[in-house]
Amino acid sequence: MEQIPQTPKEKFKLVHDENNAEQEKISTPALTYMQDVRRRLFKNKVAVVCLTLISIIVLISIFAPIIAPHNPNAQNVTMSNLPPKLGNLNIPGMNGYQNMGGKMVDAYKQAGAPKGTSFILGTDYLGRDLLSRIIYGTRLSLIVAVLATLVDLLIGVPYGIVSGWKGGKTDTFMQRIVEIVSSVPNLIVVILMMIVLKPGLTSIVIAIAITGWVTMARLVRAQTFQLKEQEYILAARTLGESSTKIATKHLIPNLSSTIIIQTMFTIPNAIFFEAFLSFIGIGIPAPNASLGTLLSDGQKAFRFLPYQMWAPAIILSIIMIATNLLGDGLRDAFDPQSSEH
Amino acid sequence: MTKYILKRIFYLFLTLFIIASLTFFLMKLLPGTPFSNQNRMSPDQLKIVKAQYGLDQSVFVQYVRYMGGLLQGNLGTSFQFNNEPVTALIGQRLAPSMQIGAQAMVVGTVFGILLGAVAAIRKNTWADTLATFVSILGLSIPSFVLAVLLQFYLAYKWRIFPVALWDNFQSSILPTIALAALPLGTVARFMRTEMVDVMSSDYIELAKAKGNSSWKVVTKHALRNSLIPVVTIIGPMAVSVMTGSMVVENIFSIPGIGEQFVKSITTNDYPTIMGLTIFYSFLLIIVYLIVDILYGLIDPRIRLGNGGKE
Repeated sequence: MEQIPQTPKEKFKLVHDENNAEQEKISTPALTYMQDVRRRLFKNKVAVVCLTLISIIVLISIFAPIIAPHNPNAQNVTMSNLPPKLGNLNIPGMNGYQNMGGKMVDAYKQAGAPKGTSFILGTDYLGRDLLSRIIYGTRLSLIVAVLATLVDLLIGVPYGIVSGWKGGKTDTFMQRIVEIVSSVPNLIVVILMMIVLKPGLTSIVIAIAITGWVTMARLVRAQTFQLKEQEYILAARTLGESSTKIATKHLIPNLSSTIIIQTMFTIPNAIFFEAFLSFIGIGIPAPNASLGTLLSDGQKAFRFLPYQMWAPAIILSIIMIATNLLGDGLRDAFDPQSSEH
Repeated sequence: MTKYILKRIFYLFLTLFIIASLTFFLMKLLPGTPFSNQNRMSPDQLKIVKAQYGLDQSVFVQYVRYMGGLLQGNLGTSFQFNNEPVTALIGQRLAPSMQIGAQAMVVGTVFGILLGAVAAIRKNTWADTLATFVSILGLSIPSFVLAVLLQFYLAYKWRIFPVALWDNFQSSILPTIALAALPLGTVARFMRTEMVDVMSSDYIELAKAKGNSSWKVVTKHALRNSLIPVVTIIGPMAVSVMTGSMVVENIFSIPGIGEQFVKSITTNDYPTIMGLTIFYSFLLIIVYLIVDILYGLIDPRIRLGNGGKE
């Protein structure tokens, strides 16, 4: 056999050595997934506006006792049904004047309110300050939403993971339960629960959570099914990792986007249910205010005192729109392919 | 396919059975009896009244009786509404609810499809933004808020429609709009996503390449194919319309089953609550079943049980 002549190493030389290294260099810092998501979210103007709005509303609710100008449940019958008035500013609709028999009358003077009294959003039929009631009402609605969402997470996520992970008979059985629960109209279960339980915050949260977890469980199960087949899960299994550890270390982080997005749609749903129940009179009991009870009170008097209906209607709509749009924004941020549509 | 339908019908009855049992026992859990407020009744009278409604029997006997009645289509007797059978109550009040429900579904679906299609065809233009905005409003604003606002402006202030009345078609317009908003938003949004997908597919490119007018491409190819998945959201839409109808009927004083349901809740009329719960669930499960079968017929990929669903 003929020997292939050995070429000495020194004869080899890298072409444009320094240049190449320069080209291969990664000039921008590598972003983690979460950083990437945040960047995409903040690029979305609508989402940023909604996020800001929601943050403001949440902050106001948290600091309600400091911000609210009056006690939301303090009654003062002499000052009942006063129209909105913003200090001494003479803005139509905000100057304390009210249409009475075709004439605009200073309702504050008529009620004999001391000079300088002003209720920015007016008062209700018991003389309670509407602005304070709205602030506390929003706070209550948000508390319901957060608690319902938490319960949703605590039931829905483990249920979905177990169902998807175990598969087979366990999965079939668990899915039958899901099917049955989801085939009963949500609202009917909620209403039934509200009739059985005593009206109040806890009952509303329980009632909403009883049906609310199903969607979350479904989504998590479907996602778990896909993740289960991934190589890194197989690797973890092969290495003898316990199921619980796989779930917490591998599944949940990878499910996080699904969970966060679904949460953003659970929140407006819970707010809607609370408002709905309070509106038909089986939600938050008097004298506490929630957006639903305020709207219901406002609707009863809307012919003569429309301002009592406007404020809660606007706040409720803003919260609903903002959470929905933020949910959309988050979905686009987590899954950029969906925004390409 | 037949096997699939039979299986679904079996589950339908199973679900109904569970719902009926659950409702029954939940109602039994309630403290007191419907007559505990009537102090003037002597113990003997109370006994007679209880016997009349079968409340003197054990819970199990009551349960068996109730379920037996259900099989014969008997939902019990109302405590509050002149001792009328619940089925009769539902029968009297079904028509108005069905009318506004159907109108809302049709209006919502038709305008939703139009809105979604326009948004998809004019993607990333002002028309798209406007359509998306409208559908978000429809999705977000609760039907009762919308109903209250419509009532205030269109009926009370501008006097275009009656405030709260139920006689002719005109009186059904406002409740229909209030109920249609949510289906409209849902359909429009769904339709847009589907249609954008379809518009970028190969067969649309081919149809365009063959020299078809863009009108023909849209109506003959794109619209048809994007419509198929819309069938799947009819079920959830029916739920939302039903939910909405409870308050909307109340706001506009429409003598429908939604209004009846709320009224029976506030008056603790348990047989009516139970009867309406079962009735609502039945309607809904039927809608879901029809939608699933329809979808199976339209799209053969679904037919094999759950295979295509998850």
